[in-house]
Amino acid sequence: MLGYTKLAILGLAVVVAAVAAGLARDLSYMIHALVFMLSAAIAFIWLIRRVGEPAPVVDPNTYMDGPVRYGVIATAFWGVVGFLVGVVIAFQLAFPYLNFEWAQGFMNFGRLRPLHTSAVIFAFGGNALIATAFYVVQRTSAARLWGGSLAWFVFWGYQVFILLAATGYVTGSTQGNEYAEPEWLADLWLTIVWVAFLAIYMGTLIKRREPHIYVANWFYLAFIVTVAMLHIINNVQIPVSFLGSTSIPVWSGVQSAMIQWWYGHNAVGFFLTAGFLGMMYYFIPKQAERPVYSYKLSIMHFWALIFLYIWAGPHHLHYTALPDWAQTLGMTFSIMLWMPSWGGMINGLMTLSGAWDKLRTDPIIRMMVVAVGFYGMATFEGPMMSIKAVNSLSHYTDWTIGHVHSGALGWNGMITFGALYYLVPKLWQREGLYSLRLVSWHFWLATIGIVLYAASMWVTGIMEGLMWREVDAQGFLVNSFADTVAAKFPMYVVRGLGGTLFLAGAIIMCYNLWKTVTSTAERKPASAGAAVPAE
Amino acid sequence: MGLLDHHGKIERHATLLLVLSFLVVSIGGIVQIVPLFYLDNTIEKVEGMRPYSPLEIAGREIYRREGCYVCHSQMVRPMRDEVERYGHYSLAAESMYDHPFQWGSKRTGPDLARVGGRYSDDWHVQHMIKPQSVVPESIMPSYGFMMNRELDRSDAEKVRDIMGVYRMLGHPYTDEMMDTAVTDFFAQVEPFGDPVADRYPGAQQRNFDGQDAVTEMDAVIAYLQMLGTLVDFETFVPDASR
Repeated sequence: MLGYTKLAILGLAVVVAAVAAGLARDLSYMIHALVFMLSAAIAFIWLIRRVGEPAPVVDPNTYMDGPVRYGVIATAFWGVVGFLVGVVIAFQLAFPYLNFEWAQGFMNFGRLRPLHTSAVIFAFGGNALIATAFYVVQRTSAARLWGGSLAWFVFWGYQVFILLAATGYVTGSTQGNEYAEPEWLADLWLTIVWVAFLAIYMGTLIKRREPHIYVANWFYLAFIVTVAMLHIINNVQIPVSFLGSTSIPVWSGVQSAMIQWWYGHNAVGFFLTAGFLGMMYYFIPKQAERPVYSYKLSIMHFWALIFLYIWAGPHHLHYTALPDWAQTLGMTFSIMLWMPSWGGMINGLMTLSGAWDKLRTDPIIRMMVVAVGFYGMATFEGPMMSIKAVNSLSHYTDWTIGHVHSGALGWNGMITFGALYYLVPKLWQREGLYSLRLVSWHFWLATIGIVLYAASMWVTGIMEGLMWREVDAQGFLVNSFADTVAAKFPMYVVRGLGGTLFLAGAIIMCYNLWKTVTSTAERKPASAGAAVPAE
Repeated sequence: MGLLDHHGKIERHATLLLVLSFLVVSIGGIVQIVPLFYLDNTIEKVEGMRPYSPLEIAGREIYRREGCYVCHSQMVRPMRDEVERYGHYSLAAESMYDHPFQWGSKRTGPDLARVGGRYSDDWHVQHMIKPQSVVPESIMPSYGFMMNRELDRSDAEKVRDIMGVYRMLGHPYTDEMMDTAVTDFFAQVEPFGDPVADRYPGAQQRNFDGQDAVTEMDAVIAYLQMLGTLVDFETFVPDASR
C-alpha cells in the first residue's frame, strides 16, 4: 500500500514538474522543473520495478551503510568538481581572458564564484557531513538508522538540491546573498531535506542502545539544528511568480546585512566547524586508537563554542553602516571565541598522547593532525582579524580569502580526506587502502598547495590594504585602484598554482580510493556489518 | 567541577540535548538582530532617499544576477582614504530599499556605492564591452552581451511584479507609480519622453547605451548612474551615539 502511495506521489510530481517546465518564465526555472521531473521519473521507474515484490528483510541489528557509501562517493566527486571550479576562477582573476567571450552569459567570474563556494561548502562539505553523521551516529549509538529509506531520500534529495543550486547560478538565478544564493524553490526543497535529516538523526539517537550520547553527536546535532534555523531565517523571501525563479528577500538594507552575516559566519561556525568537529571527535580517536583526551574539556568547549559562535557575525560588517553597538558585540564575542575553538584543537591534538609515533608511519593520522593544526591556526587568525583595527586593513582584501581557505582547505579538506581514507576500507570491507604511498603524495601536494595559497593571499591582502590607504606628504592618495590590481598579478598566479596542487592531490585520492574498492583483498566478513557497541 | 557532573543528564536525553542546544544558539541572534528592527537610530533620517525606478530595478536585478557583489562593494567606510577615493561614507539609509543589501565583502574591483555620475555613459558602455580598453590593468570580465539583450514588455511586467512585492514589503510606491510602471520603464531611455523624475526624483532619463533598442546595458547603466546620488548630504547630521 505504501508503495502505491509513493508511486502516486512521484507520478503526480512528474506531471506537475512537466507542466511547470512548460509554463516557466525563465531559463533557470525551466531547468529546475526539469531536474525535479527527471528525479521524480527516475524514482518512479526504480520503484515500479519493485512494487509488489516482498520487501527485503532487514536485520535491525545491522548498520545501514548504503547511503554512507553513496555519500562517500558523492563527497569525493563534488570535492573534485568544487576544487576544479576554484582553480578555474583563480586563474580567471590572474588572466581575465579566461572569462571566455563565447561563455560570457554563463561562465563569467561572478557566476562561477558562487558555483565554487557552494560546490565546496555545501556539495563537498555537506555530503561529507551527512555521510559521516550517518556513519558515526550508528556506531556510537549501536543502532541502525531510524526511518528506513528516509536516509536515501536525504542523500538523493540533497544531490537534487546541489543540482538546483549549480544550474541556477550558471543560468542566472541568485538571491544575491553570499553562500545563500539559491532562490525560493531550491531553498524550500533544502528545508524539506534538512528536516528529514534532523528527524533521522534524532530518531537514531532516541533509539540508541548506548546510555550516553557520544560527544561527536552533540556537535553533529548542534550543527543540524542551527543550520536549519539559519537557513530558514536568512531565506525568508517572496517569489515574484510561482512560475519564475526570482524571489525577493524580505529583509533589506542594514537588517539584511546583519541577518546575512549572522547566517554567513555561522555557516562557517556550524556547517564548517561544529559538524566537522563531530567528525574529528570520532575519526581521530578511531584512527589513533586512543580515547578522547578530556571529557570535561569537551563539555566546556562544546557549550562555549555554540553559544559564542552565533554572536560573531557582525565582524564581517566593521566600520559599515551597521550600528556601532552591534559591531562591538560582534568583535567582543569573536575574540572570546578563540578559547573554545582552541579547546577543540587541544582535545583533538592531545588525543594523540601516547600515539605520536603514528605520525611517522600513518599518513592518514598525519592528515588529521595537520587538519586540526590548520583549524587552530585559522581560529587564531579569525579572532585577530575581527579586531576592528586589524579589520580596517584586512576587510575587502584577499587576506580574508586566504583566511577562509586555510580553514576550508586545511581544516575541512584535510579532516574529510582523513575520514574518507578511514571509511572506504571499512565500508567496502577491504583489508586496507590500496596505497599508503599515494596517501603521502596526497598529503604533501595538499599541504604545499595550502601553504602557497595562504602565503600568497597574506601578501596580496596586506599589500593591497596598505596600498589603498597610502597617502603622500601632501595628503594625496598615492595609488589608483588599478595600481593595486596590477600589483597583485604574480601572487594570483601563485595562488592558482597552490589550488592546482590541492586539486591534483584530491584526484590522486580518488584514484587510490577507487583502486581500494576494486583491487584490494576483501576483509573476512566475520565482523562486517554487525552492530557492535560503541568503542 | 560539581556542575559538570550534572552534564550526564543531558548526555542521556537526546531531546533535552536538542532543546538546550537550540536555546543556546538562539540567544546571540535575538540580541543582535531584533533591536535593529525597532531602535530609532538604526536608519538615519535623511532627505532624498526614494525607491528605485522601474528601469533601475531591472538594472539592479542584472547586477544581482551577474554576481557583481562578489567583486564590488557598495559600502564606503569612514576612513580617510576611502572618503578620499570614493566620497562620503555610506549611510544605512542609502540601502534601505535594497533586498537584499549589496554591501559586498570583497573589493576585487573598486567600491561602487557612489559610482553614479562619476563616469559618462559612453565610458560605462565601453567598459562593459571591454574593461581593459579603458582600464588596462582591469581583470573584470566583459559584459558585452548585455548590448544585445533587448528588454521587452514582459521584462517590464516582471519589474512591475517585483515592485508589487516591494510595495507589499513597505516601499512607498503609489498607485500611480504602479500604474505607470511599464511605461516608465521604457520612458526612462527616451530623452524627451514623459519625465520619470516626476515620480522618482533625481532619476536620470536618457538613452544610456546609445542604441535604439532598450537593452540590459541601458538598465545596468541607469542603475549604476544613480548609485549614491540620492541623499542630500547638506541636510545630514551624524548621530554621535549610533
